[in-house]
Amino acid sequence: MIEVQDLHKAFGAVKAVDGVTFTARDGEITGLLGPNGAGKTTTLRMLYTLMKPASGKVLVDGIDAAVDPIAVRRRLGVLPDARGLYKRLTARENIEYFARLHGIETQLMHRRREALVEALEMREILDRRTEGFSQGERVKTAIARALVHDPKNVILDEPTNGLDVMATRGLRTFMRNLKSEGRCVLFSSHIMQEVAMLCDRIVVIANGRVVADETPDALRAQTGEANLEDAFVKLIGSEEGLAA
Amino acid sequence: MSAMLTVWWKEIRENLRDKRTVFSALIYGPLFGPILFVVLMNTLVGQEMKKAEGPLKVPVIGAEYAPNLIDALKQQGLVPQPPIADPDEAVRNRDTDVVLRIPADYAKAWRDGEPAQVEVIYDASQRESGTPTSRLEGMLKRYSQQQGALRLLARGLSPGIASPVVVSKRDQSTPQSRAGMMLSILPYFFVFAVYIGGMYLAIDLTAGERERQSLEPLFANPVARWKILVGKLGAISAYSLASLVLTAVAFSIAGTFLPAEKLGMSFDLGPGFIGQAILLELPLIVVFAVLETLVAAFAKSYREAQTYLGLLMIIPILPSMLMSFMPVKPAHWMYAVPLLGQQIGISDLLRGIPVAYRDIGLALVCGFAFAALLGAITAVVYRSERLAISA
Repeated sequence: MIEVQDLHKAFGAVKAVDGVTFTARDGEITGLLGPNGAGKTTTLRMLYTLMKPASGKVLVDGIDAAVDPIAVRRRLGVLPDARGLYKRLTARENIEYFARLHGIETQLMHRRREALVEALEMREILDRRTEGFSQGERVKTAIARALVHDPKNVILDEPTNGLDVMATRGLRTFMRNLKSEGRCVLFSSHIMQEVAMLCDRIVVIANGRVVADETPDALRAQTGEANLEDAFVKLIGSEEGLAA
Repeated sequence: MSAMLTVWWKEIRENLRDKRTVFSALIYGPLFGPILFVVLMNTLVGQEMKKAEGPLKVPVIGAEYAPNLIDALKQQGLVPQPPIADPDEAVRNRDTDVVLRIPADYAKAWRDGEPAQVEVIYDASQRESGTPTSRLEGMLKRYSQQQGALRLLARGLSPGIASPVVVSKRDQSTPQSRAGMMLSILPYFFVFAVYIGGMYLAIDLTAGERERQSLEPLFANPVARWKILVGKLGAISAYSLASLVLTAVAFSIAGTFLPAEKLGMSFDLGPGFIGQAILLELPLIVVFAVLETLVAAFAKSYREAQTYLGLLMIIPILPSMLMSFMPVKPAHWMYAVPLLGQQIGISDLLRGIPVAYRDIGLALVCGFAFAALLGAITAVVYRSERLAISA
């Protein structure tokens, strides 16, 4: 479970995150929806302790990120905005590097890796160097690398960005599986259809603030719009930066 | 396996797959110095030898006015060349090193017992004219003294009367110390190998990782950043050390190709020298690894880091330059200054002067302390939020 309480973060005069509060529960997929530049990536970066919030609190499974950032990172599987694979290493070596950084012993590492390779259907690319990978192959490798320590909480920053239809469908199935395994899945997106289709709960962010935190059905009811797209536009106040 | 070792091993392995890093750390860095050195020394020494021992070919103007002088010079190894029209111009254009001109009134002055003048035309600003000119002067001086002595004897006087003071030169340099003078540039090559050996790795592991956006996922792992930094510094140091060891071995092999006997010099570049030189350089490996990482951490991109570190290459040259422009007497405290200590220590070792363990210890302690200080600063920079954010 990930709890976020009144996060603030500014870069100079720009208030990137200006009082964000929400909770992502176990066994649910929570979508962080907002136009480009709304503060989604900055919020997520504070969750996985890459950045320190100016004020506010982040709790992961009840652990305060400001108090014990390393314990928090141990409980998180993170696919950052920057995928950043090691091009001179194979997909397998990329995954095993992160497994070792988590201190996972060899036997267990092989089991977890095999499970992820099956689930993500990446057997063929496993022993190729990641240089020259397609966008989809890169995301698969980065996800396998992020989840090799079997984290209870999964944070995915725009996971379907740049993927083709087949890869996107595969990824959605994978995310539903994570949910059915009882994990807390939090992902960001600016694509409304995707969020509507996958999420149990939608947190809408605009200009660094949460403008809605509801189930898809409740969102429709709250805005009085039958169509989700219209509901979002009404919440955000403009159509800028959103994709259908 | 601990996180630091994991990072260390991954960086070593990944960068062994990078041609540029391997080339600069394991080929260019270690071999540049020794090869350049052997080629330079052999060319230089070869040239000097030819000039110092071979027949001395000098254009002579007015040889017909002094046949006896020319015969005497020929006996000393002079090979007179046909006269040239404009000796001043020829010397300035470096067509010839030196020209001998005998004026038309030479014979008359000689007969009258007056000092007979000859002209040696040369250009002192041309380095290669030095040896032939002094050889020619020596020949002329010898002939003059000989003839002077004969004239005194003919008048019933001892030739010694014209030499109230005789200078006898006693050179205190040993063969090793003469070699050391010529090898004064060598310590720089050691430092260069250390610097170049780690440079590309340092750029790649910080600026490069940020540019490729892999620093952010790396920092999402449950490992303290200073541990990641230590792992990376270890990998840089390992490449640097490999470069240094290869340099030392290459120099040791190169030493056998140096024209040592021709110069009456001897070099001791054996295992003892290698061992002590590497020991002295150890702190520099860490100092440079940290310094290069620190600079790379401030750079926004790989290229920027490359530019900064290229400029910083002046640092290892500084002590060598200082020492050659204003030679100072080595003192014990100098071993406490990183780079300077290495410079004078290796110079001494080359001259065959043993370096005291106390001095080596001082260099090690101070060098590592300096590296630790730089390391603490780098760790602070590594903790900054800015470092991880690539986009």
